[in-house]
Amino acid sequence: MTKLRSRHDAVHTGRTPCATRWPWLACLVVLMSSNAGASQCEPATPVFELAEGVFVRTGKTAIVFEDTEVANVGFIVGERCVAVIDSGGSVEEGAALRCAIERKAPSIPVCYVINSHVHPDHVFGNLAFKAPGVEFIGHKNLPRAMSILGGVFLERAQAQAGRALAADYLVVPERTVEDELRLDLGGRVLLLKAHPSAHTDHDLSIFDDKTATLWLADLLFMDHVPVLDASIGGWIAALTELRGQEVRHVVPGHGPLDGSWPCALDDLLRYLSVVRDETRDAIARGDSLRSAQERVGRSESARWQLFDEYHQRNVARAFSELEWED
Amino acid sequence: MKYASLPFTVLVLLCQVASATPDQDAVWLGGLKAAYFGDRAITESDDVVELDAPIRAENAALVPVSIKAKLPQSGDRYIKTVYLIVDKNPGALVGKFNFTPKSGRADLELRIRVNAYTPVRAVAEMSDGELHMSRRFVKASGGCSAPAGTDMDAAMARLGKMKLKTAEELTEGEPNLVQLMVSHPNFNGMQMDQVTRLYRPAHFVRQVRVSFEGEEIFSAETTIGVSENPNFRFYFVPDSEGELTAEVIDTNDLKFTHSSGVSFASSTKGLAQN
Repeated sequence: MTKLRSRHDAVHTGRTPCATRWPWLACLVVLMSSNAGASQCEPATPVFELAEGVFVRTGKTAIVFEDTEVANVGFIVGERCVAVIDSGGSVEEGAALRCAIERKAPSIPVCYVINSHVHPDHVFGNLAFKAPGVEFIGHKNLPRAMSILGGVFLERAQAQAGRALAADYLVVPERTVEDELRLDLGGRVLLLKAHPSAHTDHDLSIFDDKTATLWLADLLFMDHVPVLDASIGGWIAALTELRGQEVRHVVPGHGPLDGSWPCALDDLLRYLSVVRDETRDAIARGDSLRSAQERVGRSESARWQLFDEYHQRNVARAFSELEWED
Repeated sequence: MKYASLPFTVLVLLCQVASATPDQDAVWLGGLKAAYFGDRAITESDDVVELDAPIRAENAALVPVSIKAKLPQSGDRYIKTVYLIVDKNPGALVGKFNFTPKSGRADLELRIRVNAYTPVRAVAEMSDGELHMSRRFVKASGGCSAPAGTDMDAAMARLGKMKLKTAEELTEGEPNLVQLMVSHPNFNGMQMDQVTRLYRPAHFVRQVRVSFEGEEIFSAETTIGVSENPNFRFYFVPDSEGELTAEVIDTNDLKFTHSSGVSFASSTKGLAQN
C-alpha cells in the first residue's frame, strides 16, 4: 500500500489563499520526534506540536488492518488534564501514544479519551488508556455504532490482519455528547460538537479555544479519498456550516497538517458535490446502481489516493441515500 | 502490522488457487444442489439466463447483480422461476423470483449481501421443468453482518415506504422496465451487539408480489441475502393503461402496499435500460 504523501496543489490553481502548504512542517516533525523526554516509557510514537499543547501523530495513507498507524490521532495538554483525541488502530498504537504523552506532559494526567467516531483506526487503541479516572467520551450514537459494527470490525481484524481481538477492544464511552460539551483542561477549554449524519452517523469534532485548532477527524479527508458511511447531503451541509468558523489550525482524520483554513475543506467539498450531483443525474436518468458506480465521479480519480479502494463504495452509499429523495 | 501481511498474502494466494479449480463447487456439490433441486439435471450455460456480478465487491452488504434472460417469455415456454444462490452465505438462497408470460422478459436486477469469496448462481426453472444455471465468482467479505449504510435513524424512519418507477412513456404490448424500492432495514439476525452480546432479532422482507391490473407480473420469496432497502428492477407487458400494485410482507407480518398508475404517455421519471 502506498505511503506517499503527494500533494495536490494543482487543484488549488487560481485561488491564492489556498495555493500554499508548508513543506517545512515535515522537517519539524522529524525534529520534534527526536526530542527525548523525561519518561522512560518505550516506544513513544513521534508526535508533532501543531500549536501550543496540541500534539498530532500523523497517519499513513493506507488501508485499515492492512497497515498500522493509518489515522491522525493525538492529544491536547491543559494545565490540569490531558485529553486524548482518538487512540489509534491497536492497543500497541494506543500505548505508544500514551508514552508520547508521558514525555510531552510528564506530570499531567490523562482525564479524557475522546473518540471522534467508531472506525477502528481511530478507536482500537482505547484499551491502552482504560484506567480509573479516565473518562471515555463520544457522540450520543457512538455506543449504538459500537454495538452494531463492533463485531464486524473484530471479524475484519481477524480476517485481514490475523489479529484475534476480544470484545473488550471496544471501550464504550460512558459519557456521550447530545449536542455540545465543554471540557475544561485547565487554561484551555475544548468544545466538543456532535454532528448530524455526515461521514458516519456519530461524528464528533473538537475545537480548542486557546489555539483556535479545529480537530475534524474524519469529517475532513485530505489527499486520502473520502470514505462515506452515512450521509453525503449531511456531510456537505456540515462542511458548509463549519467553513464560516474562525479557525487557525485544522486537523484532518487523514492527510497532512498544513492545510490553511478554510481552503483545506475545498477538495473534499468538491469531491462530495461532484459525487452528489452526478449520482442525482444518474438516478434521474434511471441508471442502475451498477452503471452509476462505473460512471459517477470519474473526473476525481486522479486527484485522490486510494480512489479505487473506496470510490465505488461511496457512490453506492450516495446512490442508496439519494434514490429516496423526493 | 508486518507480521500480518504474510498470512494475508498466503490467504489471498490460496483463494486465487481455489478459484481456478473445481473446488469452488465444493459447497454446491456437497449438498447445496441436492437441498434445492434433488437429483434433477441442471444444464450449466449462459444460454437461458446470464448472471452478471462484480468480480470484487467494494461494499459486500450491497452488491448489485443482474440476471438477463436470453429467451422471450412466450406463452408456451417461459422462465417460471429464478433461484439466486450464494454458496457461502449463511443462508445460501437469496430468493426465488417468479415470472409470468406477462413479465415479457425475465430480467432482474437487485442488490445482495455476499459473505465470502464465493460462487453466485442463478438457476432458471422453465415452465416445462428444465433447469439452467449461470454462475459467477464474487470476492467480498462480511456482507451479512455489516449494514450497507449506517445512517440508522434515517433507515428506521422510512420503514415500509415504497416507490414504483417506470419509464416515462410505456410501450404498449412490449416489455417495459419497472423498479420497486422498499425501505426496510432487512435486519438479518446476524448483527451481534458487542455490548449486550445478543444478536439483533431478524426482521426482513420475506414476500414481494407485483401485479398490473390485478394480474401478477413478478413475485418473490426473499431472505436475509437481499440487501437492506430491497430494490428490484424487472419487466412487464402492459396491454392497456392501468395500475401497478406492489404488496410486501416482512417476517414480523407487517404488510406494506403501494400502487402507481401507468399510462402510455406517463410523466413519471424515466428508467434507463442498463
